[in-house]
Amino acid sequence: MKPAQASVLPVLLPVRAREAARSLRLSGGHGVALVAVFVLACGVAQAQAQPGAPSILETIWKWTPLLARGFVFNLAISFLAMAIGTLAGLFLGYAQISHLPPVAKTAKVLTHFFRNAPWLVLLFYCMFLLPFQVTILGLTIPIPDWTKATFGLALPVMANVSEIVRGAIQSIPTTQWEAAASLAFNRRQTMWMIIFPQCIKRMLPPWMNLYSILTMATVLASIVGVNEMMTLTQRALSAENRPGLLLAFYSYVLLWFFVYCYPIARWTVRLEARYAVNQ
Amino acid sequence: MKAGTPHPNPLPSGEREPSAREAGEGQAIVELHDVHQAFGHVEVLKGITFSVQKGGVVCIIGPSGSGKSTLLRCINGLVPIRSGSIRVADFEVHKLATDREKIALRKEVSMVFQQYNLFPHKTALDNVMMAPIHVLNEPRDEVRERALALLAKVGLASKRDAYPGELSGGQQQRVAIARSLAMRPEVMLFDEVTAALDPETVKEVLNTIRQLAREGMTCILVTHEMRFARELADEVLFTDGGTIVESGRPAELFDRPQKERTRAFLSQVL
Repeated sequence: MKPAQASVLPVLLPVRAREAARSLRLSGGHGVALVAVFVLACGVAQAQAQPGAPSILETIWKWTPLLARGFVFNLAISFLAMAIGTLAGLFLGYAQISHLPPVAKTAKVLTHFFRNAPWLVLLFYCMFLLPFQVTILGLTIPIPDWTKATFGLALPVMANVSEIVRGAIQSIPTTQWEAAASLAFNRRQTMWMIIFPQCIKRMLPPWMNLYSILTMATVLASIVGVNEMMTLTQRALSAENRPGLLLAFYSYVLLWFFVYCYPIARWTVRLEARYAVNQ
Repeated sequence: MKAGTPHPNPLPSGEREPSAREAGEGQAIVELHDVHQAFGHVEVLKGITFSVQKGGVVCIIGPSGSGKSTLLRCINGLVPIRSGSIRVADFEVHKLATDREKIALRKEVSMVFQQYNLFPHKTALDNVMMAPIHVLNEPRDEVRERALALLAKVGLASKRDAYPGELSGGQQQRVAIARSLAMRPEVMLFDEVTAALDPETVKEVLNTIRQLAREGMTCILVTHEMRFARELADEVLFTDGGTIVESGRPAELFDRPQKERTRAFLSQVL
């Protein structure tokens, strides 16, 4: 916005807060930019290619089934980590507003620790501190790496969900609690029948945001050796052994994630706008 | 700031330590004696004593910040008191320590709020039905019938499937009254229930309360509707600075106020 000229009287401009928030989100423009980078990278790689070598697009197409399998693995990790993290986070968030000080305090410490710890550090901790198998009642259950990675990613999700839950519950006006109390509802009934149902609307957009972030973070699992898309891309690259392919392949991977996360981001924005009007 | 010592007896407790006032009048259903309450160092109530007969209507008037709303919240145990005693029917409110004891009290004492406080995720009918079903554990069909009758009574039978957000302020307030009535309370507390309404809808809500009072419901109202208080109340209390400055029958208090403070207040609002 241009500064108002001296001769113009000041006017109260309409609030534009929503636009500022939206500009941080994935937009169609990001998609166009990604495609442009991909095309450019392919062009550069093609130009560097030795005569007689298969074309870049052909090479990418050849590897796509393998990469897709890796991507499915990313999604599986994201679903599982989200499910575990959400379930644990619901309890942890609820514990944060407990009337028992030790419970509330412990929940707060846990939430803040896992929320502020770097995701990669948590991932490494889980990889190397969890045993590769457990023996219960003589039964040996192996714990594969991807399970550990899922658990490692579920921890920060749990802490973030915990904060989302706490924030949503505390954003419900205290008058709702008062009204419920004066109708002789007990605390648990008030929570589950009156407060929590009102929270779901408020929790949904940030929860979906968190899911997008988690999905993109699943590639961290490649560092600890899980066979997800990023790991497979590195393998494909080393198998091809053509440095020119690097940018093309990685921007291709980025495109996959964009195509998956973009609709979620759009949907989140729409939900937010709708609930903002309703409340 | 727990009021009194927790009492081991389950509720409702039999009557004990009857005050002099009760002995004199017998029928009082709500009785406050020398109630003190403070938020931090700010004294909100400085010794409030009054009683309400069964079926009686008491209006509390006074300037903002004189502790009127706090007083009502003390009566149904939403706010604990520092000292003094409150009795509602068989409940010694100042001795209720656990949530379970307070819940037993609140089944008998319903409160209607200035901001309606309906549950926004439930329809009007569900708002009315929720507490009887889940708190009183009454059969759904029975409750539904009663809830529909109550909505009809407050003139909102056609709005039973509307959500609070779709109703006007006056309509929401009438649903809130129906919701409180569905609990079949002994005493109704009204906390400035018309203060957030526009002049036209004030009338619908007042008519509903008038009807209730005439049917013999014990009502304690905090209100700024002087004409309404004068018409309906058996007793009017004028509070200021956490004390009852003056009380009496409406005709006496409004027409021949004894205290200078009362006169000053009434000359401002009438």
